[in-house]
Amino acid sequence: MRNIWLICVKELKSYFASPIAYILMAFFGLIFGFGFYTATRDMVRYSFQAQMMGQMAQMNVNEQIIKPLLGFASTVALFLIPMITMRTFAEEKSRGTIELLLTSPVSDLQIILGKWFGAMALYICVLAMSMINIGLLFAWGKPDLKPVLVAYLGLLLQGGCLLGIGVLISTMTKNQIIAGGVTFFVCLLLWLLSWFTAFDTTAAAQVVNYLSIVTHFENFSKGVLESKDVIFYLSMIFFSLFLTSRAMESLRWRA
Amino acid sequence: MIKVEGLSKRYARTVAVDNISFEVQKGEIVGFLGPNGAGKTTTMRVLTCFLPPTSGTANVAGYDVVAHPMEVKKRIGYLPETPPVYPDMEVAEYLKFTGQLKGISSGDINRRVDEVMGRCSLGDVRNKLIGKLSKGYRQRVGLAQAIIHNPDVLILDEPTSGLDPKQIIEIRALLKSLAGDHTIILSTHILSEVEQSCERVIIISQGKLAAIDSVHNLTNRLRGSEAVAVEIEAANGSPTPAEVQQRLEQVSGVSRVVTRDGRDGRLHFEVESLQGRHIRADLARSVVNAGWALTEMRAVGLSLEDIFLQLTAAEKNSLQKTAEGETK
Repeated sequence: MRNIWLICVKELKSYFASPIAYILMAFFGLIFGFGFYTATRDMVRYSFQAQMMGQMAQMNVNEQIIKPLLGFASTVALFLIPMITMRTFAEEKSRGTIELLLTSPVSDLQIILGKWFGAMALYICVLAMSMINIGLLFAWGKPDLKPVLVAYLGLLLQGGCLLGIGVLISTMTKNQIIAGGVTFFVCLLLWLLSWFTAFDTTAAAQVVNYLSIVTHFENFSKGVLESKDVIFYLSMIFFSLFLTSRAMESLRWRA
Repeated sequence: MIKVEGLSKRYARTVAVDNISFEVQKGEIVGFLGPNGAGKTTTMRVLTCFLPPTSGTANVAGYDVVAHPMEVKKRIGYLPETPPVYPDMEVAEYLKFTGQLKGISSGDINRRVDEVMGRCSLGDVRNKLIGKLSKGYRQRVGLAQAIIHNPDVLILDEPTSGLDPKQIIEIRALLKSLAGDHTIILSTHILSEVEQSCERVIIISQGKLAAIDSVHNLTNRLRGSEAVAVEIEAANGSPTPAEVQQRLEQVSGVSRVVTRDGRDGRLHFEVESLQGRHIRADLARSVVNAGWALTEMRAVGLSLEDIFLQLTAAEKNSLQKTAEGETK
């Protein structure tokens, strides 16, 4: 436990020692803020229009601002995650510091978990930027809190999966650019899977659709906490980290 | 303390280490010597549990590297060829991290960090980023990392590479002070290093064990013969080098005469004797009897360099011979 914590803290420190953490947080904050601005503006206009026509429109901050925004955040995360995970192992390998980790009395699993938690911590910091905007809604409006929490949980779980996949890919190469690039394409592919099968009802399409990481987020963004989605994400996290430990073992046999 | 038996490591196409066996006693400093690519680093990586052996066993500090890697890792300090440092960390921060990773409790860590920083003279760079340090300092940070948890066994891969002469002397003194309660294996391709800091040498060449002995025995065993440098005055082109060489070769006990470049009307030769023969008196007599002026004669010791070359070259020759034999 202590070793995982040590490595996690070290990882987080090194993210913040380089510009990468600040860049990710700033850009995510900017993009999310832009999305927030347009969504809020549209809702305000819509409500004025409705008033002028003397209608009582069904206005809902959760439905009209928070849900699309956090859905958007989950898509943006697909692009940020490769930048978080690409260095995890690739950098250790190219610097030779992997020799320090692997010859210290620390198990592979502790190293992997430490790195994954470190990446998660940065991801949480990045997501936290969106809370500035969501916080404004809570300050001046009365959105429902529970669906927001569920959506954030969904973002965390989805991020955890993708981070796991990214860490796995990073163990396979010394080159950060390759690690980042491949992770990006895998993320993109997992996203596209959901488009691919949108109107298809065959069994194969159902399976492919089930594998799409983005599909499972939809329920979360609606504020619906379904066990099948949580289990999907948790098993994906477990599976990717398990493969990472296998990949590290093979690293030893081949290296 | 370290016991290696029949250790081999094969990569996909190459055999990096081929059936090596050796033992290192507690408190010894052993030099691991070999040309580049001989398998030194691979052997060390097996000993540190970084790589598993293909066959054979390695036992470090009483534990097998395959069966009980955690126990082994707790008891070793390892400095790889490139110091495993994080450029974005400060020196003290890095040492604290590695120390804790190696199991030093939070109560002791600060004291240990100060101690190793003192030992490796890192005090003045305490709060500098490692990325900004020179190669010599990084090497010392790497060494500090290896000794921070006071391990039983220290495995150092070329610990003095990239250091200036003063630092090398400091590191040697440090290693000497560590020997006794630590067992140290250090690899190097610099021979004077082994001569100065090690008690025993393990020479490997192309993955095979070429020799294993104390530095003293090794030099003696291979020295056996003595080498003498002879200088003879030659006025107006007489005698000719060939003449002298011929005459020197006839002296009993001489195995080989090499003509060196002569200058200022002086001829230089290097004469090697057969094993256990003293040839200096006979040489002098022979030169004087021929009516030449003997201006200088001194014994030249065979250095470890020569021995090393002899050993590794012998290996190569025999390999070539077997290869030729196979093609025939």
